[in-house]
Amino acid sequence: MSSEAQESRHPQSKTELFLVFTFLALQGFGGVLTVVQRELVERRKWMTKVQFVEEWSVAQVMPGPNVVNLCLMIGGKYFGVAGALAAVGGLICGPLVLVLGLAILFGGVADNAVAQGALKGMGAVAAGLVIATGLKLGTSLPKNPMGLWTAIPFAVISFACVGIFRWPLPWVLLGLGSLACLIAYRALKQLPSRLDAKTSPDQEAS
Amino acid sequence: MSLPLSPQDWFDLFVHFAFLSLMGIGGAITTAPEMHRYLVTEKNWLTDSSFSSSIALAQSAPGPNVLFIALMGWQVGINAGGGLSAGAPAWWLGLLGVVLTMLGIMLPSSILTYKATKWAHVNRDLTSVQAFKSGMAPIVIGLLVSTGWLLSAAHRDFSQDWKIWLVTAVAAGVMLRTSIHMMWLIAAGGILGAAGLL
Repeated sequence: MSSEAQESRHPQSKTELFLVFTFLALQGFGGVLTVVQRELVERRKWMTKVQFVEEWSVAQVMPGPNVVNLCLMIGGKYFGVAGALAAVGGLICGPLVLVLGLAILFGGVADNAVAQGALKGMGAVAAGLVIATGLKLGTSLPKNPMGLWTAIPFAVISFACVGIFRWPLPWVLLGLGSLACLIAYRALKQLPSRLDAKTSPDQEAS
Repeated sequence: MSLPLSPQDWFDLFVHFAFLSLMGIGGAITTAPEMHRYLVTEKNWLTDSSFSSSIALAQSAPGPNVLFIALMGWQVGINAGGGLSAGAPAWWLGLLGVVLTMLGIMLPSSILTYKATKWAHVNRDLTSVQAFKSGMAPIVIGLLVSTGWLLSAAHRDFSQDWKIWLVTAVAAGVMLRTSIHMMWLIAAGGILGAAGLL
């Protein structure tokens, strides 16, 4: 398990961070999260799946735009405030120029039937990509200290609360989240050696 | 439409988005109804259709969805300057709108998130910090799947929409099984849709 983390690589500079996040953001049709997961976890191996889910948990729970939170956390981890700025700058700047250009050129093109059709098709694919990303990250659950058979019901129930019953997200995070954290707390306390549960050997300390 | 904005108005615009930044748990889009109330109903700075098209355009273009807020700020500024045809003054006001709304929506939440992350990093050996990360993991994974699910579930009429569901399912399957570049899948979906097949 730790060998997976030790192999993880780092961005070499703030410029690299900026460029990588620009590159990610410009591929992000229908959401950037799927691209971030694939590029940073699967291709560049800057972090493991478990680490990615941990960062995403924090980004999701904090207020504000989630993907911005995620990128500033990743950037901040390597180069502090400057890294956070580089990552968020990369995420925002390129797409911002593009989207403003589109707004100026084709303010009303979104009403056109062909464009509507294309958006519908792209949206359908984007939905599938998000679902696949969720399922992929689900393969990190066997490593969860709560144990797989506690973790899976939590994933299924949170899916049902928001996806099927349409309950407001903050309440699901608060209610279900506190219960899960409590169970995880007890599981961690009972664990004979907590090192087994720690999946993120700290990079900065080494 | 020309609606000159006073410095006080610009300040209010910034403050309103800064407030929404701290309210938006689960993403900025969750505060869209409140933005609509403020910008369209209360202040009349945006028309209903430019509000909706800001969201539609940002979602169709690559990049984080939060850019719909930049488009709203741009449109508010352009309207204040007398429309795109008014030339440079309107364009500068448009950029001012972009800067103020984006700083507003990002700055407070970013500072908070940054501080919280630093704190969690310093205290990473505390059982409570580890419990938070482990406990939240299955929940955010479930939420991610539900996000994709909700995007598809907007299409409810199965006799008509089965093709859309099929595209979603195939995209998910291909993404899980292969390492094909996602842009190809998105492009394929766009082509099928543009050809009127969906």
